[in-house]
Amino acid sequence: MRLLSFFAVGTLFGIVMTKSEAISWFRIHEMFRFESFHMFGIIGTAVVLGALLIALMKRLKMKTLRDTFVTYTPMDLHVPRHLLAGSIFGLGWALMGACPGPMFVLLGQGFGIFTLVILSATLGTYAYGVIQHKLPH
Amino acid sequence: MELLTFTHGLLEIVRQPWHWAVAGTAIAGIVFLMTWMGQSFGVSTAFRDFCTLAGAGKRHEFFNIDLKAEDWRFAFVGGAVFGGFIGAYLLGNSAPIDLSAATVAHLQQDFQISPTEGNGFLPTGIFNFSNPKGIFLAIVGGFLVGFGARYGRGCTSGHAITGLSHLQLPSLITVIGFFIGGLIMTWLIMPVIL
Repeated sequence: MRLLSFFAVGTLFGIVMTKSEAISWFRIHEMFRFESFHMFGIIGTAVVLGALLIALMKRLKMKTLRDTFVTYTPMDLHVPRHLLAGSIFGLGWALMGACPGPMFVLLGQGFGIFTLVILSATLGTYAYGVIQHKLPH
Repeated sequence: MELLTFTHGLLEIVRQPWHWAVAGTAIAGIVFLMTWMGQSFGVSTAFRDFCTLAGAGKRHEFFNIDLKAEDWRFAFVGGAVFGGFIGAYLLGNSAPIDLSAATVAHLQQDFQISPTEGNGFLPTGIFNFSNPKGIFLAIVGGFLVGFGARYGRGCTSGHAITGLSHLQLPSLITVIGFFIGGLIMTWLIMPVIL
């Protein structure tokens, strides 16, 4: 039942991302060219409402289904790392027009090439795990 | 009969492309649901889980994790694939994507790409299995996303949506990084390679 719930939320995510075209390569390209408000509207609305909901959950000391309070373990602030890592990610995001979530949704839409993209992203993650000690953290 | 008409009307509304405010609200709803269900919404960690599943935990400590605690992420990702299928085949529409005229003109003139390709979701003229260049770019693009996401401890869902919702400064700086990389690719690299 628990796993089925997560599957259902994933399904909702896939439908929302498809119907809003947020996983369209063309929409991502348009966003990085600042030629439409569409993507900024989606991310902006999600963040503003998300922040309000999270703040409310914390304020009301709402219990999660795992019987915990809503908390967040903050990352250590390390500006060069965030910028470098983010930039590497951004290069791939703009090229493929898809970040990790959308890769799976696009696969479900029938774009078989994303099997390769997901495999390659897994390889990239593996490469990071292997050389992480040599990178600035 | 009236119920049938109502259901049909509702389906017609859902089938239209969704306004950004509707999508943004729905994504905030997903963040709420995931938080309420006791997990922090993030997709890219699934790639690390795949590495662990393939046995990488025996070689590198980084991948030595208990996959039991990650079962929900596999369920979510499976749902995302299913949701893409539902969205495209049951709730899809044939209307072309309403892209800005400036983007359409640029794509056609500079890259010979039409926004009708891949139903407005992917330039399938480039990204298909019979185009060696597309295969190469897909491998490079995927690799960069996987590497960068793990190095930065998260992707768009974990940082831009969840991290920012928790008002995290590291997430904000990572998102700025996403845009630095994205702008370099879009404005400087793609005109050369496409």
